[in-house]
Amino acid sequence: MSKENVLKVENVTMQFGGVIAVDNLNLEVNKGEIISLIGPNGAGKTTAFNVITGVYAPTNGAVYYKGNKIIQNHPQGKMKKLYRGENPVTYTGHRALAPTPDKITAMGIARTFQNIRLFKSQTVFENILIAKHLRRTSNVFTATFRLNAREEARMRQEAEELLEIVGLTDVRDELATALPYGKQRHLEIARALATQPELLLLDEPAAGMNPQETLELTQFIGRIRDEFGLTIFMIEHHMDLVMEISDRIYVLDFGKSIAEGNPEEIRSNPRVIEAYLGGAQDE
Amino acid sequence: MKKQTTIIWNVCLIAALFLLLFILEQTVPSGSMLFMVLKKGAIYALVAVSMNLLNGFTGLFSLGQAGFMLLGAYTYAILTIPPESRASVYQYFDGGIVQFAIPVPLALIAGGIVAAVFAFLIGLPVLRLKSDYLAIATLGFAEIIRAVFQWDKLGPLTNGSNLLRNFPTFQSVLYPFVVAGICIGLIVLLINSTYGRAFKAIRDDEIAAEAMGINLAHHKQLAFVISSFFAGISGGLLAMYQTTIQASMFKSAMTYEILLIVVIGGIGSITGSCLGSFLFIACSEWWLRFLDNSNLYIGDFHLTFMRPGFRKVVFSLIIMAIVLFYRKGLMGDREFSVEAVRKFLRKRFKKGQTAEGGASK
Ligand SMILES: Nc1ncnc2c1ncn2[C@@H]1O[C@H](COP(=O)(O)OP(=O)(O)OP(=O)(O)O)[C@@H](O)[C@H]1O
Ligand SMILES: [Mg+2]
Repeated sequence: MSKENVLKVENVTMQFGGVIAVDNLNLEVNKGEIISLIGPNGAGKTTAFNVITGVYAPTNGAVYYKGNKIIQNHPQGKMKKLYRGENPVTYTGHRALAPTPDKITAMGIARTFQNIRLFKSQTVFENILIAKHLRRTSNVFTATFRLNAREEARMRQEAEELLEIVGLTDVRDELATALPYGKQRHLEIARALATQPELLLLDEPAAGMNPQETLELTQFIGRIRDEFGLTIFMIEHHMDLVMEISDRIYVLDFGKSIAEGNPEEIRSNPRVIEAYLGGAQDE
Repeated sequence: MKKQTTIIWNVCLIAALFLLLFILEQTVPSGSMLFMVLKKGAIYALVAVSMNLLNGFTGLFSLGQAGFMLLGAYTYAILTIPPESRASVYQYFDGGIVQFAIPVPLALIAGGIVAAVFAFLIGLPVLRLKSDYLAIATLGFAEIIRAVFQWDKLGPLTNGSNLLRNFPTFQSVLYPFVVAGICIGLIVLLINSTYGRAFKAIRDDEIAAEAMGINLAHHKQLAFVISSFFAGISGGLLAMYQTTIQASMFKSAMTYEILLIVVIGGIGSITGSCLGSFLFIACSEWWLRFLDNSNLYIGDFHLTFMRPGFRKVVFSLIIMAIVLFYRKGLMGDREFSVEAVRKFLRKRFKKGQTAEGGASK
């Protein structure tokens, strides 16, 4: 099977002051795959997502999306002296590339957040509708004077369809934050889907869910991957979920990637057992 | 309720309002304080709504309203003083450099545009910063612009620190209501459009909004420029209402008054800002006037604490009470609408019914 590369993270280091959150990370995600990123608390998983989605410009390294370099940086200014990452020189002299998160989303990478970030004064339906703003063709005048009626109708139609898909139609007009936790997570996924992504990043989608909800979520993620032709890259702590649906798994510890492989390989990898699964059992 | 029914209701309400204003104007003597409150109230309602667009709907905090109103007022005045009066108005500056006049509506819009251009230039560097530098920058801008407009070197344009006068004004109370009404209507349309939804998303959660593909800098800039545009128009209206203007009128105290109106009415409520505006103007200029009267007696008892200025003390106390006890303002972030009233009444009615049902058992 020829693999079409969707996301490639190359030598990415993210250093905050003296703290190295992500250290020389390399990973690849191919089209149609479900890839998991696991690791103990504070390993730097969310930080890796934040680099990929443009929240932070990496201290060093590059990110490619569908073969195009979208993010690139090397230690500059104060960081030149402070930098303690593993790969010091590769990107020096190259121009820095640091698009804002909205640009990344426009390219086709959508995400959810570990600590749910819904628009709290808006209803469930409006939360999805807001995400439809991205693919608009109207400008502020045509929108104000309602010359975009057809587009507005289409946005609403598509938002309704997404509500149906995630099964939230019955709570359509409730405040998003009034939903139970599990449904809020589903809504966040629906909202991300509304931006019409090709690559979906999920940050701990099963956090706070019971085993039953986790099982449903597992099926749901598989379903939307097939239905929307998505590629999924997710951070998750629920091992059942990870082992069940991942094509491959990356393991992060103290910012470094310590293992990569399919679920079988990861389960039996001694370094992983020591660093992560062992630690998790202690908890 | 169907959308069409709502529209019909709203049209009827607005028609009724204008009919009422018309009748008032025919019956009440034109010198009455009522008209003063209505005119100024309408103008302040517009600027309060425009401030609310920023503070309440986009989550940005600007304190430049007085500055943008000054720009609007001056642009309006400079562009509409008839050429034949210019020699007397600009008597220290050889009649000034502008020697033409344009129609009133165009001049009002021009005032808005000038304010919008300045907002654009301020926003360019400031809105890219994450924190609330906008408040500081706009406050500074308002102070500087006031000084600049009084500067002698600009006299041929601004008449320095002298009054601008003789420009067209309005007599009828309907005039500010029509103009402010149209502008507020446009703001409401904007807020209910996809752009308005994006603004609210930014207010609720910047990080999530950005992750949903909303360009923060662009949308903040848009909200700021549009808000300032309408502040400029209200400045033009204020000039018309006052009949003469001077840069020193547009102090930051004016911005704080508008901010108070927004807070009293409810941050995030358009109808709240309108209501707040009329109440605020009525209280500060009319209803409490009797407190300034030092010869007030209750029976034979002379109320010695009443003296000119006492009104302001009482007014401040009222404001403090509102801010303390109505944290969210009169309306919170709700809106007054036919639909809301209907729902409210129905709820009341139902409650009454079930209570009766319970009693009869
Ligand atoms: N903006 C920041 N400034 C300074 N340090 C940060 C910042 N963001 C993250 N860190 C640090 O980076 C490290 C990795 O954090 P990160 O949130 O990526 O971990 P994680 O793997 O997602 O953990 P968890 O499983 O708890 O979500 C932590 O030590 C954290 O304190
Ligand atoms: Mg995390």
